[in-house]
Amino acid sequence: MAESVDLWINGTPIRVCAGTSVAAAVLLSGEPVFRRSVSGEKRGPLCGMGICFECRLNIDGVEHCRSCQIVCREGMQVRTE
Amino acid sequence: MSRGSRTADILVAGAGPAGMSAAARGRECGRSVLVLDDNPSAGGQIWRGGESHSSGSQSTFWFRTFGTCGADVISGARIIDGDAKRRRVIAETREDAFTVEYGKLILATGAREMFLPFPGWTTPNVMGIGGLQALVKSGLPISGKRIVVAGTGPLMLAAAAYFRKHGAVVPVIAEQADWTRLARFTLQLRRQPGKLCQAAALRFALRHSRYLVSCWAEAANGEGRLESVRLRQGAKAWDLACDYLAVGFGFKPNIELGLLMNCRINDAGIESDDVQQTSQEDIFAAGECTGIGGVDLAILEGEIAGYAAAGRADLAKGCFRKRNRARQFSASLRRAFALRRELRSLPSATSIICRCEDVVWQRLEQMQSWRAAKLHTRCGMGPCQGRVCGPILEFLLGLQPEAIRPPVFPARLESLAAASEMEESIDK
Repeated sequence: MAESVDLWINGTPIRVCAGTSVAAAVLLSGEPVFRRSVSGEKRGPLCGMGICFECRLNIDGVEHCRSCQIVCREGMQVRTE
Repeated sequence: MSRGSRTADILVAGAGPAGMSAAARGRECGRSVLVLDDNPSAGGQIWRGGESHSSGSQSTFWFRTFGTCGADVISGARIIDGDAKRRRVIAETREDAFTVEYGKLILATGAREMFLPFPGWTTPNVMGIGGLQALVKSGLPISGKRIVVAGTGPLMLAAAAYFRKHGAVVPVIAEQADWTRLARFTLQLRRQPGKLCQAAALRFALRHSRYLVSCWAEAANGEGRLESVRLRQGAKAWDLACDYLAVGFGFKPNIELGLLMNCRINDAGIESDDVQQTSQEDIFAAGECTGIGGVDLAILEGEIAGYAAAGRADLAKGCFRKRNRARQFSASLRRAFALRRELRSLPSATSIICRCEDVVWQRLEQMQSWRAAKLHTRCGMGPCQGRVCGPILEFLLGLQPEAIRPPVFPARLESLAAASEMEESIDK
């Protein structure tokens, strides 16, 4: 469990335990808002299992990644939308 | 992007309990087995995070059996299209797109949590019960957080106990069902002493939480982040400060892949016969996608489907009696935790129903069909493709979702292009 991973969330470095999902890392960084809805509402994760797409964000330049289904990797660049 | 094609005697869609047991039994009969799973690792939702996050000898046994059975497993893969006649599916991962040609296909796609809309339910930190649990299992610390659990079903107790174990405070568990139904359900548990002991142990673990019946969350308050939840019990309503609201109204089977492959669907889920065969000869279905029944039933159905898909229906028969007993238990669960009518009046005129397209209740109230709702409001046409709002409109208005069109998950254009190229090369 001691192994850790360093990544970037909105330009800020964060260290998490290996195996942490990107969604958990974003919440851990203190940010509950993952994206803006089509009418501009603030949204965060709902289902936690890849169904609802509310936790989607930009990972390493790729838009609309479901952050709850992706495990943090070293040096990952994560941006909330 | 690499493109390729794979083959397997048995292809299993989903690596939850049903998919794991199906794969293991198929391998036991000497068949080659490929498992595709959307999650980062095997275990499905109930055993998410692998063995270290799941307690109990049942999960230990199946992780070991599955892990050593010799099935090929591709995690982080989702099936986006398929053709039952040609016995072929197209799947994508984050890096890759490929086709799989199979002899038999076993659908073990599980279930998703059902949500109901109420004012403020789109506020960040209002999450599914299973959703918050999944996040904790994948690394979210909740020590010292206040979590209100609301909705229905015995999994609320299991989740609340899990939150407590991880240091959270759970002031209230709000169950929408009433005492009469719960009492009847508890009486039935006498016949399953194991389950009764489980329930008693959970209640003891939650002795500091209030378990309120005929009670539900009526509104979530907070700007950009949840601050409090308004609970209602009869004539009484009150606000309770909290960090998270974990809310869920039972489960809905993931039938989309079954629909895509033209399998018949019934009231419970994907229709299947005695040996878990669907209306398509080469396709079997097991676990929650055939109807909500819990983990014991899912494992048994998976074993039966695995044996039957390997051509050993004789071995499958050995599981029939146990399966019947598990089915009786799931039927009593359904009766006890059926949703009450009052919940239909939870959304206000401006409550969002479709979270992808931000369609509010007043625009949908008069709709007569799914098709009309889609055409007039774009409800269900966002990336989740109606997986969240479909069950909601079924409950609120009785609307039935229609046939599904590929891709059954939003897919990358490259994957679709790769898929059509592969189709052409295979057909030549």
